[in-house]
Amino acid sequence: MRNYLNIIIAYSIMMLLIILVGIFQSWSIALTIFNYCMISAVMTLGANIQWGYAGLINFGIMGYTALGGLAVVLVSVAPVPEAWSVGGVNMMTCLGIIILMIFSIRYILKNIQKSNKRNYLIAGIIIVGLILIKIIAGPAIEQIEAVDPAKTGFLGGLGLPVLFSWIVGGLFAAGLAFIVGKVALGLRADYLAIATLLIAEIVVSIIKHEDWLARGVKNVIGLKRPAPYEIDLQTSPWFINLVEKFHSTKLDLANSLSERQDILNQLVIDASSVYVKLCFAGMFLVVVIILLIITQKALYSPWGRMMRAIRDNEEAASAMGKNVVKQHLFIFILGSAIVGIAGAMMVTNDGLFTPGSYRPMRYTFVIWVMVIVGGTGNNFGAILGGFVVWFLWVEAAPIALFFINLFTAHLPETNEIKVHLINSAPYFRFLLVGIGLLLIMRFRPQGIIPEKIIKQ
Amino acid sequence: MDLINAVIVLLNYTIIPALTYGSQLALGAIFVTLIYGILRFANFATGDMMSFGTMFAVLLTYYFQSIGINFGFLPTALLTIPFAIFMMILYMLIIDQTVFKYYRIKKSPPVMLAMVSVGVMFVTQAIIRIIIGPTDRRFLDGEKFILKATEFKEMTGLAEGLTIKSTQMITIVVTIIVVAIMFWFLNKTKTGTSMRAYSDNEDLALLSGIDPKKVVLITWIIAGILATIGGILYGLDKSYRPFVYFNNMLPIFAAAIVGGIGNPYGAFFGGYVIAFAEIFLTYAYKRFLVYILPVSLEPNSLMQLLSTDYKFAISFSILVIVLIFRPSGIFEGKRI
Repeated sequence: MRNYLNIIIAYSIMMLLIILVGIFQSWSIALTIFNYCMISAVMTLGANIQWGYAGLINFGIMGYTALGGLAVVLVSVAPVPEAWSVGGVNMMTCLGIIILMIFSIRYILKNIQKSNKRNYLIAGIIIVGLILIKIIAGPAIEQIEAVDPAKTGFLGGLGLPVLFSWIVGGLFAAGLAFIVGKVALGLRADYLAIATLLIAEIVVSIIKHEDWLARGVKNVIGLKRPAPYEIDLQTSPWFINLVEKFHSTKLDLANSLSERQDILNQLVIDASSVYVKLCFAGMFLVVVIILLIITQKALYSPWGRMMRAIRDNEEAASAMGKNVVKQHLFIFILGSAIVGIAGAMMVTNDGLFTPGSYRPMRYTFVIWVMVIVGGTGNNFGAILGGFVVWFLWVEAAPIALFFINLFTAHLPETNEIKVHLINSAPYFRFLLVGIGLLLIMRFRPQGIIPEKIIKQ
Repeated sequence: MDLINAVIVLLNYTIIPALTYGSQLALGAIFVTLIYGILRFANFATGDMMSFGTMFAVLLTYYFQSIGINFGFLPTALLTIPFAIFMMILYMLIIDQTVFKYYRIKKSPPVMLAMVSVGVMFVTQAIIRIIIGPTDRRFLDGEKFILKATEFKEMTGLAEGLTIKSTQMITIVVTIIVVAIMFWFLNKTKTGTSMRAYSDNEDLALLSGIDPKKVVLITWIIAGILATIGGILYGLDKSYRPFVYFNNMLPIFAAAIVGGIGNPYGAFFGGYVIAFAEIFLTYAYKRFLVYILPVSLEPNSLMQLLSTDYKFAISFSILVIVLIFRPSGIFEGKRI
């Protein structure tokens, strides 16, 4: 129990902070923050597996998050029959060509000796394939994008339940991680960081500009939800009764029947949004707990010990007969898959997919700050990091505003400096997170909850 | 005649813009490479440091304009360069003393320093946004064009016009001057030689009596000059927007690594490789081909290899290819 004392204290403080937001701002905001904290926690769990267990630096978190989001669109949105009929055949042919290219290159790699001839063959296959794809896909893409561009203009998805997409998101991310890992994992740490960052940028720019896939920067809105809709709740009698019961004392204070009805309507609207967010919170909590149990089991299994051995001394581990390259690739895929799940969860929570919003600042660097602040190599620490940093990220503006008002209270309302500072309050989040990261790295480099190695 | 027209089209739409953009990238890439070679970490705050220097140039330009100082037909911003460089170096030295020095003395692994530079990136972004805000700002004044398309057409009687913006000329000339001075400094002066020695082998350099503090100081000073000038040139040519500067960090990294990180010549060259690749692969060749092909073969599509949306993606793909096949870069890396 004593071992877990600091964890319990840290988590209690965090919960208290969120509850304080609920009391002072509103429960809806508190739950939004809580849900996002949970999503961030899943992302940090993924990044922590890579960095904390294996010492692999992955700055491509943004790319995996975006792929997870793409999975939601491709799985849950209803297919667009018109688009399929005008361009479906061509697009499928292109997919076939790509698969054919991959297999023929694999065949060449396996069966022909390393030589210039082999390189030319591979280059030839790639160039011919790309030209074929350009010829076949070009007109099809134009036709697909012309199908009711204001609403669809893309192929749509499969129309399956949205929860299924969380798994698909993980698989998509794992697939990307396999390719990236094959290409880049041999690089030195800082090169790997830059390479993954840039590959993620490439992925996001493809999602952004291939409109036939997921509408690109035109966004997909109104995605399916695994939770009830607010409008449905507001008209269902059981929910209204529940709210009535919950707030009976407040309602009894009303003077007239019409006033009572007004108050009740307001309460129902508020409660419906809280209810929906609670549903999401429940689902996310289940995911976080499952992942936590699995990762925790893995960390203290023989496999986890091997990973730590590889992290601490690669040469020694490989001298002991461990396949370092294979294990690195495996853990890279595993961590990225978890990040992909988080990406899918986030898009499901928002109900919309906005490729333009995937920026490295928010989806790579902030997540890394979470991992470092929370505690590398410790899953509880990683989750806490997700909570703490996300909380700061969201609440930095109100906190900054409070302090600005405090320190400039003696200045008149129209004072230029004061107005300027108040206008720039949202940017204090960068300052807060940056200084937080620098302080943690300087004075507690192992994070708030450091890695703990249980000795048997 | 058609051939000359075709060449003019290429010059106007690809070569001159690519030279300009390449110069801007090259300055940034040399900055990255110097920090990597001597201080031994990948500086993720690169873009924001360039933005920081440029911010002072923008603010000073506005101030100079308000009190009526200008630089004739040249942009006022050129006058502000020394002040901006001074502020930039001051900021870099403060950051170095408060943040980087601790890890340098502790001999932390480079990854740790890279992570710390992420923290610096956050703080720098915050300071910039709090001081100047995130909006788009133009601070170019003076003559806009050296050569206008219509003038060129009148002069030569060709169908195609050649436009040279003054910012393009300034960028190329200033880059050549700055880079030439820097290479002279690194190769011919005693301090420059000691920096190269320090970069090659730190322990040996210390043994032969090179003062590491001085090397670090000089490195930051050169880095400050390069970052500020690179940032200002980019801002004059396009416009100043903090977010864009942060994004520019990525092609700059690509340029530095493609050229061989740690090697300033490589970085200089890498900047142009990236710029030319980006522009040549996204340029629509229709207008060019119309001139050189016979009428019967005239293309009816745009003849564009990739849409301009993928401009950044190209530089990253080049980087990934280089990393796979030649991780040390086109030139051997890790040498100054």
